[in-house]
Amino acid sequence: MELTPQLVSLQLVTGVALGAVYALLAIGLSLIFGMLGVVNFAHGALFMVGAFLGMYFLGLTGNFWFSLVLTPLAVGAIGLVIERLLVRPLYGRGIDYPLLLTFGLSWVLIEAMRVAFGIEGIPSSTPPALRGSVDLGVGYFPLYRLFLIGATAAIVTLLWLFIEKTRYGLIIRAGSRDPEIVRVLGIDISRVWLAVFGIGCAIAGLSGVLAAPTRAVNPEMGIPVLAESFVVTVVGGMGSLPGAVVAGLLVGIVFALTSLVAPDLAELSIFVLMALVLLIRPYGLFGKAGYMG
Amino acid sequence: MIDFIARHRVASVLAFLLVFPLVMPYEALAINILIFGLFAVGFNLLFGYTGLLSFGHAAFLGIGSYLTGIAIVHFALPWWLAIAIGVAAAGLAGLGIGFLAIRTRGIYFAMVTLALGQIVYYAFYKAERWTGGENGLRGVSVPVLDLFGLKLDFLDPITKYYVILAFVAAALWFVSRVLDSPFGAVIESIRENEKRAAACGYDVARAKLLVFVLSAAICGLAGTLRALHLSIVPIDSLHYLLSGQAVMMCLLGGMGTFFGPFVGAAVFLYLEDVVTTLTRHWMAVVGGVFIAFVLFFPKGIWGTLIDRLARARVAPRASPLRGAKRKSS
Repeated sequence: MELTPQLVSLQLVTGVALGAVYALLAIGLSLIFGMLGVVNFAHGALFMVGAFLGMYFLGLTGNFWFSLVLTPLAVGAIGLVIERLLVRPLYGRGIDYPLLLTFGLSWVLIEAMRVAFGIEGIPSSTPPALRGSVDLGVGYFPLYRLFLIGATAAIVTLLWLFIEKTRYGLIIRAGSRDPEIVRVLGIDISRVWLAVFGIGCAIAGLSGVLAAPTRAVNPEMGIPVLAESFVVTVVGGMGSLPGAVVAGLLVGIVFALTSLVAPDLAELSIFVLMALVLLIRPYGLFGKAGYMG
Repeated sequence: MIDFIARHRVASVLAFLLVFPLVMPYEALAINILIFGLFAVGFNLLFGYTGLLSFGHAAFLGIGSYLTGIAIVHFALPWWLAIAIGVAAAGLAGLGIGFLAIRTRGIYFAMVTLALGQIVYYAFYKAERWTGGENGLRGVSVPVLDLFGLKLDFLDPITKYYVILAFVAAALWFVSRVLDSPFGAVIESIRENEKRAAACGYDVARAKLLVFVLSAAICGLAGTLRALHLSIVPIDSLHYLLSGQAVMMCLLGGMGTFFGPFVGAAVFLYLEDVVTTLTRHWMAVVGGVFIAFVLFFPKGIWGTLIDRLARARVAPRASPLRGAKRKSS
């Protein structure tokens, strides 16, 4: 296979589409961490639950847009229950416990989906309106992947506006700086934490339903995704929104281009990228050293 | 009794493990518990005693397994040399991964070790010519162990158990010595307060790296023994889910206790063994039990037990020496 400029640029767009999902995953992870100091090891499992529910709602209603709204709400609701019943009792008990708990939870979620949908998984389909491909000038590109890029850009923009420009975003930002002062100002911080955990999980579910048409939907699909979203978070820097976006795209592009020149090394490449970043900037490209302590 | 176990912790654990196969339903399960117990002991050195939560320790178990397997399958080396190679390779990998991982702290450490462990997974997965790729490495069979003319039938499960126990005993003795040494005090001080340990003049980074390597080598030994036991190396040996199992075993048994990892391994594997006969969905049950332990018994079974016993004894007369350093049992 010859490496023509057309092929490389097409693969570049593929990388951006892949990176869009990575960026969303890392944002969800980062949001929860930045606010609660919890690394959610069930993030990959929630992504998987999102993919299952997304395809289930799509089959039920026949409307992808409906499923795109319903799924994050459902996964977000699961997140609220997780925070309230399981994670909240662990605050103040050291950073490792919520991590361990969510790891155990990921096993339960995987088995729950096996029970609900069978161990084989369910077929995924691209919504009819988004099938086909578009001429980008350098070649034809699947419409759905372009939609993926656009949808992610829209979600990231909305989230940024929410965090930077609204009153609630102000509370979230203040709460991640100094929860004590926020509480003194008369805001029930535990409700903010609950909401942020729910939003983070909802984003995981949303990335699951968005990614579902591009990959096989089975109960194990979240397992490698968790490792990959850690790579993105470490590369970008924990708790940084721009870091998550840039690192997500970078990881997606590195993966796509490596799979073009050396398909066998594609999975390996992103982990090597992470190792390189660790050598040069241990706290990530956009990270603050403060989060490491 | 607690004091006796604490004072003679290696002997106590070995005494228990000597009679252990007699109470197990079948020997293969006992051997599995022995090997995973050792895996958890190696992991515990880092997690329980130094306070570093690694999610990449399957890499060391797997490297131990694979290198032993490759030495036997591809080079037809004698079993003892294959074991030495496996342990050395795991230690070396520990040096490489540890060097990168200790640059990060806190929550990053778990994520970074997980991701670095996955490098090893994919590398071995793709090196199909040497590792068998997805199918695993087959034919790691050592039917007879030749020990200075003494021939041990490795196919007999009871003999196999006691041969493996000999290695586990040596490793346990070694771990106990490490914990008793001044270095052992240093790593525990890092767990309690890293900044203060550094302020006291200890080279924290070097101590962390050294304990990481030791822990990796012990997990590697568990891996080599597992390869000989199974006579196949499954590719799952390297996956981070297996690292997660070490974490679970360690916490179920009691992190930072000497005997806890074996209790955890026994409970985990016994539970898996029993539950799989009832339902395919054993992960849900084990995961649920684990969640309950994190929430209600974070000290684990053994940790909670010795805590209760110690408290019951100390309570009547509050001794001023209560805070003095005791050996962990």
